[in-house]
Amino acid sequence: MALQDVCNWQAPDTQESSLHLPQVSGWTLPRGCDPQAFLQIHGPKLAHGTTTLAFRFRHGVIAAADTRSSCGNYVACPASQKVIPVHQHLLGTTSGTSADCATWYRVLQRELRLRALREGQLPSVASAAKLLSTMMSRYRGLDLCVATALCGWDRSGPALFYVYSNGTRLQGDIFSVGSGSPYAYGVLDRGYRYDMTTQEAYTLARRAVAHATRRDAYSGGSVDLFHVRESGWEYVSQDDACVLYAELWEPKPSKEEEETSKAQS
Amino acid sequence: MASRYDRAITVFSPDGHLFQVEYAQEAVKKGSTAVGIRGTNIVVLAVEKKSVAKLQDERTVRKICALDDHVCMAFAGLTADARVVINRARVECQSHKLTVEDPVTVEYITCFIATLKQKYTQSNGRRPFGISALIVGFDDDGIPRLYQTDPSGTYHAWKANAIGRSAKTVREFLEKNYTEDAMSNDNEAIKIAIRALLEVVQSGGKNIELAVIRRNQPLKMFSAKEIELQVTEIEKEKEEAEKKKSKKNV
Repeated sequence: MALQDVCNWQAPDTQESSLHLPQVSGWTLPRGCDPQAFLQIHGPKLAHGTTTLAFRFRHGVIAAADTRSSCGNYVACPASQKVIPVHQHLLGTTSGTSADCATWYRVLQRELRLRALREGQLPSVASAAKLLSTMMSRYRGLDLCVATALCGWDRSGPALFYVYSNGTRLQGDIFSVGSGSPYAYGVLDRGYRYDMTTQEAYTLARRAVAHATRRDAYSGGSVDLFHVRESGWEYVSQDDACVLYAELWEPKPSKEEEETSKAQS
Repeated sequence: MASRYDRAITVFSPDGHLFQVEYAQEAVKKGSTAVGIRGTNIVVLAVEKKSVAKLQDERTVRKICALDDHVCMAFAGLTADARVVINRARVECQSHKLTVEDPVTVEYITCFIATLKQKYTQSNGRRPFGISALIVGFDDDGIPRLYQTDPSGTYHAWKANAIGRSAKTVREFLEKNYTEDAMSNDNEAIKIAIRALLEVVQSGGKNIELAVIRRNQPLKMFSAKEIELQVTEIEKEKEEAEKKKSKKNV
């Protein structure tokens, strides 16, 4: 085109970057800077907008999460599932890039299933965590973002591992992941005991997520609660986060209390 | 007929034989005998020690090898082939721990060794491994296990088995004398292994090498003295049994 020639404008070469590196066209960068390095230092920091938590206690492992998927200031999905079942006795709470989490969990499911067929028994939660972290550590430096807590019950009882996409793999009793995790940790550290009853554990988990959704802008929607027992995982409840928070100050009267108050009045 | 189909390993004969594999099994039959016993709380491996030359250092001839803390194996057949297989198995034990955090189960490592052997029966330019292996150990669940592999790459679980020279004789002896009840006593399991080997080994306890694994304990190799003790006990029991017999006859 004539104008093109006059201005010496050249169409950008879209086939330059290899398949593995993320596209950086679209960002205006200072001349001479390596796009990857520049973005890593100065680019937008996605703080894993979510609140997920998991803790293990005598009667199993509790996993709870909010349901808000955010993309910067925009709520992409107010009702997303952040706790993904891997198999009958293993759940994962996910945080970071939703797409990465979903993909890697499917890969993990396949790996575990193959090993179970070959060896006659499902690998332990420690094995699953090791497999996931080694798979992801091969993509280190390529902007994979998966921060997950694997909750399961295996031969050694209730087990909980935190896995991050740079290859971190930690065993622990309580983990909370995401932008709302500081608020959740505050509540969890206050109320956690290994010997809790199941009901106490449910209340603690709901309370922790509710507090986090109250103060963290990137967490909200509903609170999903899961429990992994010896017999497998169970979807316990889904409560709206705002309603849950309000109930914390005015607890719903139990049925007995309602009946006694009715009888009295 | 056989001579036309036994050169290349990857060629079947018309009647369905892989002659190289069968010849490998013949090589195994020339090796010194090894016996494996699975007790209730113990697993035992006993092998016949080949007599060493005068100037040879006896300690370097080892036929029972640990693959990991909780698994060990004995072999019969070509020693050099065994060395290669044992090395690969040891590496696999550690790789498994690295990838998956858990130690190998006895079946897993047996399956690995068997798969390795099978690969060599289906490759160009290679010959099968000329060894059979007895693999013993305890799994995490505390159950004792004994497996046997052969050059064709098959493996089976056994309660008691023998490989190598005179394996048939030893196996017949075991079939007659192995009882599950007796196996709940560790000492009985050790004794039956030695008695089985004494059937076919010349000159008694000096030519026997013995190792045991007890639940949650590492491999223990028996010293020559300990083996001698067992052998003396066995001979005593034999004498007493014979005395009883002769009394009955009178």
